[in-house]
Amino acid sequence: MYRTALMTGAFLAGLANAASAQTELSMWYHGAGNEVESRIINQIVDDFNASQSDWKVVIESFPQLSYNDSVVAAALAGNLPCVLDVDGPNMPNWAWSGYMQPLPIDASEFDDFLPGTKGIWGDKLYSIGLWDAAVALYARKSTLEELGLRTPTLEEPWTGEEFMAALDAAKASGKFTYPLDLGMNDQGEWYPYAFSPFLQSFGGDIVDRSTYQTAEGALNGDAALEFGEWWQKLFADGYAPGTSEDPADQQTGFIDGKFAFQWNGNWRAVATMEAVDDVVFLPAPDFGEGNKIGGGSWQFGVSASCPNPDGAAAFIKFATQDKYLAAFSDGIGLIPSTASAAALTENYKEGGPLAVFYDLSKEQAVLRPVTPGYVVQAKVFIKALADIANGADVADTLDAAVDEIDSDIKQNKGYGHTG
Amino acid sequence: MASKLTTSNRAGWLFALPGFGLLALFIIVPFFFAFGLSLTNQRLISPNPTEYVGLQNYRDLLGFGVITLEPLRDDSGELIRDEDGNLEYPRVRTITRSDEYPQYAGMQEWFRWQSGDNATVVIVRDVVFMKALANTLTFVVVVAPVQAGLALLLALLINQRVRGINIFRTIYFMPVVVSIVVVSLLWRFIYAGDDGLLNNLLGAITFGAWRPIDWLGNTQTALGSIIAMSIWQAVGFHMVIWLAGLQTISPTLYEVATIEGASRWQTFRYVTWPGLRNTAVLVLIVITMQAFAVFAQIDVMTGGGPLDSTQTLVFQAVERGYGKQDISGGATISVILFLLVLSISLLQRYLTRERR
Repeated sequence: MYRTALMTGAFLAGLANAASAQTELSMWYHGAGNEVESRIINQIVDDFNASQSDWKVVIESFPQLSYNDSVVAAALAGNLPCVLDVDGPNMPNWAWSGYMQPLPIDASEFDDFLPGTKGIWGDKLYSIGLWDAAVALYARKSTLEELGLRTPTLEEPWTGEEFMAALDAAKASGKFTYPLDLGMNDQGEWYPYAFSPFLQSFGGDIVDRSTYQTAEGALNGDAALEFGEWWQKLFADGYAPGTSEDPADQQTGFIDGKFAFQWNGNWRAVATMEAVDDVVFLPAPDFGEGNKIGGGSWQFGVSASCPNPDGAAAFIKFATQDKYLAAFSDGIGLIPSTASAAALTENYKEGGPLAVFYDLSKEQAVLRPVTPGYVVQAKVFIKALADIANGADVADTLDAAVDEIDSDIKQNKGYGHTG
Repeated sequence: MASKLTTSNRAGWLFALPGFGLLALFIIVPFFFAFGLSLTNQRLISPNPTEYVGLQNYRDLLGFGVITLEPLRDDSGELIRDEDGNLEYPRVRTITRSDEYPQYAGMQEWFRWQSGDNATVVIVRDVVFMKALANTLTFVVVVAPVQAGLALLLALLINQRVRGINIFRTIYFMPVVVSIVVVSLLWRFIYAGDDGLLNNLLGAITFGAWRPIDWLGNTQTALGSIIAMSIWQAVGFHMVIWLAGLQTISPTLYEVATIEGASRWQTFRYVTWPGLRNTAVLVLIVITMQAFAVFAQIDVMTGGGPLDSTQTLVFQAVERGYGKQDISGGATISVILFLLVLSISLLQRYLTRERR
């Protein structure tokens, strides 16, 4: 009697196993705390698990602030998940360190994807993004009319002088606490993402991209010094609030009318459009070398230790369908990675309010330096920009940043760049 | 003492084992680990093999040089002065970035002073580390005596038999129980520049004459603000230690003092203070060690800014080791910090030793 019961139990357990023959694939995602984002990604995972019987993706979400730290810690401990969510500019570092493997998917599958959504290191595709992000100068149509300003277009953006004249006009009107909000409180990836395109528009860069072996001349050359002087003036002359700005300003400051202009990402576009009827999204000003914005956002990749790269590839292929790209775009206002997905969205279809960004991202987005050293270079850049904003000597600060970047590259034996 | 510890005390050692084991695992082993790492070029994550680099990390942190700058002269040999009449000097970068002086390459100005017409400039290899060192020492020098003194004052106040005294004890002790991260976040609101609590309060007291200060965004006030908040946060803990010390003093001594007609000050000076001798040593050393390790406040409130005015050693160790993936650099700072704390604690022990 006892034995039969035991055997029945074993038999039942065997049945249960057969029913869930899906192999588990772990996946980490950076969007914990963001309701809309979590809902969409969970939907994709559920759809994928239901669509086939081989794999079962188990997702774990982390808050964005601690996500990178968690991955590095897990990598050191040898506990990486199979499918990784990686911020574009960090990918080369993780690939170079051996924590990611090239995507086991043919790159031609993603031919129609925006350039900023592809994570390429050493000629191999390591990660692919469901969206790209863009930054724009938020303004009100009514403000532009009131101040008598020309509306800049992609073909004819504001020049540096026009931009400063616009800020002066806003300042003179006396209606705003500050003419411009840059989100200076957020001293993280926002700085290089949002502000290094200004530097590039002046003609400088974070590091010399021809070799990736030095920042000398790029970050402290004449163009960079000119950028630095301009940057310092923004804060010294009261055009924008400095590093101790209230973090809430980046969310609601523009909506509340504290600022005439706001330099903000398009992930705030949907919420702002809801609150401000006549909001317009203006392209970046051109400081001489073209108007540029940052490109490259969060992407999916496969960890090197993943025992089932086939399953990871199947999931990534599944997730990069147009309908999911469109869902993310409608949910948080991000730019869908393909033109066909853009046509499905509210904001990026022909004539949609954000359609202009699809082209901007396609034509003018500049990736942050594609090098494993970027992780350190970003930190150095953040500190340099914060220090200059706080009144540090421009040339000395940029020199110090160059020295730190160069010595880091040297200590890492060139970060694996060849030639 | 030693014989008692080592012989016939197996049970004692057994009880101590978990504690000792954890201490060894999480404090002693990591320390030797850190010391080892500081002699290498180990990165947090990197495919490059680790190499032994000797004392290079220490040289990169501590290297310095002193240069003398002659003031600029115009073509006729006259000294050039700016609008305020100050002499103008060539920029330090003309020396640190020139091929003529390879020994100064990569160094930055830390501070300078003027003697005669010439300016003497101290340039260091790692100016952020030097500023962190100076800030940490400032922090310790202010926090240790002020926090200990305030804690003693509070302890004396609450060491009375008054109804409801426990309420005061609880209130003073409360900040210690709350996580330092939470406290730091709250104080960020208190110190906020535009309409922070502190600025509003000062504005109300002075009937609007007060001009709001951006406490944490100003190089003049940032470190001071963090010091004030840190003292407030941990003062309750040391108050409790002082209180314990106070309660070990025999009441008969106070009775004698009263009978002898001692004033309150005399009672404190000749009865209380000598009775607190060992407590004082403990409080001072504990505060010093805690103050050297200041980190969470910095991380939450300022991130080392503005202009490095709140950089500290532990914050830099974490920032480098983890943020910049330079684990050997971070380990080097930790070792330097350890040696610093050790020598200061030994000095304190020596100065406060019992003279027989």
